[in-house]
Amino acid sequence: MEIGLAHYLTVAAILFALGIFGIFLNRKNVIIILMSIELMLLAVNINLVAFSAHLGDLVGQIFAMFVLGIAAAEAAIGLAILVVYFRNRGTIAVEDLNVMKG
Amino acid sequence: MDSLTMMPALPEIFLAVAGMALLMFGVFQGDKSRHWMTWAVVACLVIAGAAVPQLADGRSLAFGGLFITDPFAVFMKELVLIGAVLALIMATGFNEREKIARFEFPILVLYATVGMLLMISANDLIALYVGIELQSLCLYVLAAFRRDTGRSSEAGLKYFVLGALSSGMLLYGASLIYGFAGTTRFDGLAEVLAGNDISLGLIVGIVFLIAGLAFKVSAVPFHMWTPDVYEGAPTPVTAFFASAPKMAAMALFIRVMIEPLGEAATDWRQIIVFISIASMLLGAFAAIWQTNIKRLLAYSSIGHMGYALIGLAAGTEEGVRGILVYLAIYLPMVIGTFACVMCMRRQGRMVEGIEDLAGIARTNPGMALALAIFMFSMAGIPPLAGFFGKLYIFLPAIESGLYTLAVIGVLSSVVGAFYYLRIVKLMYFDEASEAFDRPMGRELSLILVVTGVFTLFFFVSPEPLVGNAAAAAAALFGG
Repeated sequence: MEIGLAHYLTVAAILFALGIFGIFLNRKNVIIILMSIELMLLAVNINLVAFSAHLGDLVGQIFAMFVLGIAAAEAAIGLAILVVYFRNRGTIAVEDLNVMKG
Repeated sequence: MDSLTMMPALPEIFLAVAGMALLMFGVFQGDKSRHWMTWAVVACLVIAGAAVPQLADGRSLAFGGLFITDPFAVFMKELVLIGAVLALIMATGFNEREKIARFEFPILVLYATVGMLLMISANDLIALYVGIELQSLCLYVLAAFRRDTGRSSEAGLKYFVLGALSSGMLLYGASLIYGFAGTTRFDGLAEVLAGNDISLGLIVGIVFLIAGLAFKVSAVPFHMWTPDVYEGAPTPVTAFFASAPKMAAMALFIRVMIEPLGEAATDWRQIIVFISIASMLLGAFAAIWQTNIKRLLAYSSIGHMGYALIGLAAGTEEGVRGILVYLAIYLPMVIGTFACVMCMRRQGRMVEGIEDLAGIARTNPGMALALAIFMFSMAGIPPLAGFFGKLYIFLPAIESGLYTLAVIGVLSSVVGAFYYLRIVKLMYFDEASEAFDRPMGRELSLILVVTGVFTLFFFVSPEPLVGNAAAAAAALFGG
């Protein structure tokens, strides 16, 4: 069986859905949310590179490079905020993110 | 490749370079530099604000077409810069008093502003994403800026998680649009959409893109972050969140919907109508039960974005002109309201409860008058500025036959008037408690006077603003 564009798109869609479910269903740990976010961005990268190869167009791969770079910056800032949060509250459980409600 | 020039992007480049230079000064001088840093950043923003209209020569491209300036971009950039400058000036006194003044604060605002200018000028999905992320990454840090309190860091964390989720959705949509249209350029997309039937993949991509953008303007159903972030972030940061990023996100939303996706208007109109109605209703009803003034203003801003989206649902030149007028009026209104919130201080401590406003008309008459003006204006009572904003939004909606949307808009603004007027009633007719601390600070009084006078006397000469907005909207429709 030849592996075509549809296969890549399916894998990316599954990874992306896993990422979204990871954010909403996970009740344990904020680190898992950070991992889910990375998963979503990587699904997008698979999409971009598959489309780029399919179309014979380089823009998709350049886009993927930008996404990689920005994802790294995003993870760094996310972890920094998480450290600040941990210092104040002494926990990073998702259930405890509830000082403000409404 | 005549568009391989950088001239149209000069203000942004200047701001980015100036930001790096100021950061170096800050690092070497330490925290002493915080006293002049705010004013240096304000000066840079003012210079950029003066340069933006000078360098714009009709419609010009830069960086091989990734970056565009046109009268629409100039109009929105001026709004963003005004919002950033006012928010920075308001922040100085507050940060010193609350002992969170650091030299990084104005620089983060500066870089967030650069991101917003990039968003407004984006002419490509890559430029759009980079602009949004430059803005968002700075805003996440600003939300958590009061790093020794749990509330502020919780606000930062929530904003980060939901913001990253929305960027992911936006990006997934962008990847599908790229794949099914074969280009990321806005003008290229417009050509592809004009010629052919729109494939299912492209529609899914557009829906994801709209979801990501709706998050950035905090429209329902992507509003969950707004109340928590508004409440938890330090008040000057909240004032900044409510002003400049809203302008930029709305500008980006308009440009994406009208320029590349204008041909698919029949496909996306129902989505915009839905999020507009949902935002207006939630903004009107959820705010009624709030007891914290910052939370109330968060719901109020959700409602206001709902009204602005009515103009986008109309999708006409008059509709876009209506949004621009609405945003230009909303900006001073919201800045002024937050200046009032920052005056709410008793014995050196900030108070945020709505009940704390009771009877302040006797103890702090000036501030009560200003807040009353802003509340009446937000409720849309003539002849204040807010009324004209709503007028210019509802007229095009009726002209394009969106009667349901206009009727729901008017009804929900009646409901919204309840909680705005309740604040006025509290201030003027309830028993006075303790007075707020004085003096409220020179910068704050200045901002209150300027924004209050604008809101009160807008009706005297609305022509310059409306004329500029009309020219900006015409530029978007190729006029």
